[in-house]
Amino acid sequence: MATGVAAWLPFARAAAIGWMPVANCPMPIAPRDNSKKQDELIILNVSGRRFQTWRTTLDRYPDTLLGSSEKDFFYNEETKEYFFDRDPDAFRSILNFYRTGKLHYPRHECISAYDEELTFFGIIPEIIGDCCYEEYKDRKRENLERLQDDQEENKDLKQSNLNFRETMWRAFENPHTSTLALVFYYVTGFFIAVSVITNVVETVPCGSNSNQKDMPCGERYTVAFFCIDTACVMIFTVEYLMRLFAAPSRYRFMRSVMSIIDVVAILPYYIGLVMTNNEDVSGAFVTLRVFRVFRIFKFSRHSQGLRILGYTLKSCASELGFLLFSLTMAIIIFATVMFYAEKGSSSSKFTSIPASFWYTIVTMTTLGYGDMVPKTIAGKIFGSICSLSGVLVIALPVPVIVSNFSRIYHQNQRADKRRAQKKARLTRIRIAKSGSANAFLHSKRNGLLNELLELTGTEEDEQKLMKSTSLLESQHHHLLHCLEKTTAHEFVDEQMYEQNSLETALQAYPSHSPSIACHSSPAVTCCGRSGKRNSPLPNASPSPANPIPAHQSQLQELSALHIQRGNPLTHTSRIPRLRPPLQQPGQHIQA
Amino acid sequence: MSTMNLEGLEMIAVLVVVVVFVKVLEQFGLLEAGYDDSVEDELELSAVRHRPEGLEQLEAQTRFSRKELQILYRGFKNECPSGVVNEETFKDIYAQFFPQGDASTYAHFLFNAFDNDHNGSVSFEDFVMGLSILLRGTVQEKLIWAFNLYDINKDGYITKEEMLDIMKAIYDMMGKCTYPVLKEETPRQHVEVFFQKMDKNKDGVVTIDEFIDCCQNDENIMRSMHLFENVL
Repeated sequence: MATGVAAWLPFARAAAIGWMPVANCPMPIAPRDNSKKQDELIILNVSGRRFQTWRTTLDRYPDTLLGSSEKDFFYNEETKEYFFDRDPDAFRSILNFYRTGKLHYPRHECISAYDEELTFFGIIPEIIGDCCYEEYKDRKRENLERLQDDQEENKDLKQSNLNFRETMWRAFENPHTSTLALVFYYVTGFFIAVSVITNVVETVPCGSNSNQKDMPCGERYTVAFFCIDTACVMIFTVEYLMRLFAAPSRYRFMRSVMSIIDVVAILPYYIGLVMTNNEDVSGAFVTLRVFRVFRIFKFSRHSQGLRILGYTLKSCASELGFLLFSLTMAIIIFATVMFYAEKGSSSSKFTSIPASFWYTIVTMTTLGYGDMVPKTIAGKIFGSICSLSGVLVIALPVPVIVSNFSRIYHQNQRADKRRAQKKARLTRIRIAKSGSANAFLHSKRNGLLNELLELTGTEEDEQKLMKSTSLLESQHHHLLHCLEKTTAHEFVDEQMYEQNSLETALQAYPSHSPSIACHSSPAVTCCGRSGKRNSPLPNASPSPANPIPAHQSQLQELSALHIQRGNPLTHTSRIPRLRPPLQQPGQHIQA
Repeated sequence: MSTMNLEGLEMIAVLVVVVVFVKVLEQFGLLEAGYDDSVEDELELSAVRHRPEGLEQLEAQTRFSRKELQILYRGFKNECPSGVVNEETFKDIYAQFFPQGDASTYAHFLFNAFDNDHNGSVSFEDFVMGLSILLRGTVQEKLIWAFNLYDINKDGYITKEEMLDIMKAIYDMMGKCTYPVLKEETPRQHVEVFFQKMDKNKDGVVTIDEFIDCCQNDENIMRSMHLFENVL
């Protein structure tokens, strides 16, 4: 029972009195409504905008947030209202759902924002009313496609280690991945063009030098054309075999349309090679040469527009089928009428109904060759009706096809634009991320320098370094710091990381430079502070058994940070500088 | 033969031309098409709106309190924003309470019982008057209301055919999936039982006095009349 009509339940129960005189058995006892609570108004405060409704309105849907006791979590005792920190505009449609029982989707709302609101309030989107459901589904599909496109591009960017076969396949599918692929792409394109042009030029009659008649160029320069053809077919064969080798699923590749086109394009040549100049089969051989024209379809790999056209035609198959069917019907009708109308006139070209088909087709598509013309008056009247209706029948399905094409084309444009904007977007994201990481490192440095200055420096230096950070930032930094301590590793910026990795590579060689040892010291000092001792300190003379004074380790850490921040060249010189002060005032700093 | 074909086709062609010509003239408004209903159609759409009488009047006419009338009106107007219920909406609403069977026939009879002035729509006054009788009326009034429901043509007599219609409508609401399985003659048998009980003078019809008499003597019926008193 729909809760929208819950208000009519009393009426239905009252009307049941109409059954009473007819009934033979006693009726069951009615349930008693013990909660004689008065209906009260509830105030819902959504980001400052107050909505009020009856409690029973909300109770209609007990499995949503507002209808269940979940809303008690949002109850504000002082103001005696329920406060939600959400979008008040979207909340309107949600509250209307309780009131009317129908959920509507406002068109100006962003689909993902609306979905989030629905999820928050525990309402499933499937109950959106019929009036708005189509729009909702369309927008949702668009959004999903957009997200999918993004995901696919992310996948492309993954530079995981692919083996040779996979790299080759990727190079074939996406020529922009490497220069070699691009070269290959252009070379094949060039050869396709050459092959198509040769096929065309072959049939042009070349000027004959005092021969009996004009021969087509193909027969005059047989050798040259044969060479070009061979070269092209070689390239195509090699390309096909390489694609076959690289394809992840060979069976699926062989079944795909493009590979069939490839095969059909190069097969005539091989068949021609195999067959001798046999008279019987030369007719069939000529037919096979027609298939060479399919090479032009290989261009669809190179042209996005062609692919879109093909995809559009495929998706408009039903409209095209309808067009064909209605045209056929009209052709048959009009051909019959024209035939009988023109039957009487002498020397009429309309010798049979199939013969009239030609006239009808030519007229309906508004070609009007004029080789068949009606001569009687009736024939002329029906002929004009035929041409008028032809225009109409053809004009009807065409806009559907056009709009489909436009939609797919624009989708593609959007994808291209997004790819172009993606680079800018990624740069922005990277800058933002590195900004926050730098902020953390900076504040850490400042924090330690502050501590150092507290020990040794003057007041002014302290003021200089005191950088005001907001509470949020400092809490965030504290969190990152805790993470560092937990893992006994530290955050570094990119330069230092690359340098470190370089250095660890050099560590394989037995050049025992103190720099490396010092690099490992940050970890040691961290652990040192927490009490763990993995490796002995390279420079400190006290044995590992001695507890490292806190300040000393602090200074060491600071030195490590200095190293990290400063230029890589001077770090070797800095260490000796810092070392002596460590060893000397080791005692009096401890105080 | 060929000339006959020609003439026949020529005639058809001429007819076609004439028809097209007339249509073109109509388009240009030079020929009156004779369709005057279009204006009326537009007016009809805006006339369906109804506002009930004031709260005090309704309070006086019915036995509901102010608060109860408020609650009733809110529910009524929520489902029918235009203020009146037409039969289609009525059937829809009633059908939602009985999802298993077909409640449309019974809803039709119910609609007629509520529609006192027989204008094809139930306004809030009709609605609330009917409810007042059903929920707050005396047993006598309730029985009279039930009699009105059964008497489809409102001639003061319940015939067997009328009763059969009502019975079939009630059984239709049960739907197919019942236990024990509903048989074709069950409504008819039920009608026989009813007439045996009610029709005292065996003249094939039940008058209102017979009906009220008989019901007042039946304990079950009397008890069930009080069943829905505290619905609101």
